[in-house]
Amino acid sequence: MSYMTHADVGGRAGFGAVTPEPEGELFHAAWEPRALALTLAMGATGSWNIDASRAARETLPNYAGLSYYEIWLGALEKLLGERGLVAADELAAGHALRPATPLTRVLKADQVATALAKGSPTERAAVAPARFAVGQRVRTQADPALHHTRLPGYFRGKNGRIERVLGAHVFADAHARGLGEAPHWLYTVVFDATELWGAGADLALRVSFDAWEPYLQAA
Amino acid sequence: MPHDHHEHDHEHDHEHSELDDNELRVRALESVLTEKGYIDPAALDVLIDTYQTRIGPRNGARVVARAWVDAAYQKRLLGDATAAIAELGYCGRQGEHMIAVANTPLLHNIVVCTLCSCYPWPVLGLPPTWYKSAPYRSRVVRDPRGVLADFGVRLPANTEIRVWDSTAEVRYLVVPQRPAGTEALGEEALAQLVTRDSMIGTGLAGMTAPVP
Repeated sequence: MSYMTHADVGGRAGFGAVTPEPEGELFHAAWEPRALALTLAMGATGSWNIDASRAARETLPNYAGLSYYEIWLGALEKLLGERGLVAADELAAGHALRPATPLTRVLKADQVATALAKGSPTERAAVAPARFAVGQRVRTQADPALHHTRLPGYFRGKNGRIERVLGAHVFADAHARGLGEAPHWLYTVVFDATELWGAGADLALRVSFDAWEPYLQAA
Repeated sequence: MPHDHHEHDHEHDHEHSELDDNELRVRALESVLTEKGYIDPAALDVLIDTYQTRIGPRNGARVVARAWVDAAYQKRLLGDATAAIAELGYCGRQGEHMIAVANTPLLHNIVVCTLCSCYPWPVLGLPPTWYKSAPYRSRVVRDPRGVLADFGVRLPANTEIRVWDSTAEVRYLVVPQRPAGTEALGEEALAQLVTRDSMIGTGLAGMTAPVP
């Protein structure tokens, strides 16, 4: 079965105006902070990685009709089900109906500050020299990926320029699929708006994204 | 604080069923995860309190104000943002690899994550709803001046716009321009001019977005 993301919206028309929001407005319902905290706490158990979470979210069939925290909640339930940690009948019952699966770790209250401060850095030792240098022209991969990827559709098959070499980082495309960290060189690649959007584009606009080396070839 | 319960109860009736569905779903999930020993419910409270009271855009505002008053700090921030931000005590989850980009009269930076909602949590906290929404994510990479107009911001036509799509684990912080006429202000007063939106690029320092 082919992989279908519903999250890749860059450049698509028809979503309407942006609605600003005051700075202190963090949540819009009492369940939202709980959904956030449950997601972070389960993420900290190491039962899946952040790339697998993103893949679970962007493939929810009703993604476009869900609020942000509904997406988080749906993906959390999906991941728990897929890993055999919580079954659908347990969610329906609101109680554990089966014994727990042993987890690598459980985030305790007194470990939260340390865990957040540590985060999950993704830079790794490079296993090969970087193929591209600052200033070099590159062309992005044109074919759509058949799995989770961080190459947005609007950058596919476009010519850009390497602006910054960011080090070797855990490769999201492999990591999301359980294929290990497979670190690759990461680059900031910048594009003229006319390359992305055609002749009518804003001439004073440039757009960049952070691209792993497998997304790129010399132009 | 005393509340007028009658008014509130009346308002809540209209939203009752939808709120209840998600509320019940989250409660069920939390019960199951707690019974299985996968989570420590006390850790949830600490997580929520952290993002409600300790990690938010005031952190980033202090970074920007420091950069405005201290040229050596600004240089460190633009050279190695992760280390410079850590000097002020901010680091970790969703800010492991930071880059700071400075606005000038000729260049305006805007940050987005078109694929999800990647955002520099240690300096800005949790992202606002619009940042995570399809209207912003779809349009800012193509029509940033139109998006800026939604925020009441108009830039000179010759100001170049640079949009940063945060597709990997690098997170971007915009250093807005210091407003004119603020030479006499100290660091703390300056930090109050630094809005969250100005550090994303949808606002300018010293300016508040129009409330819809």
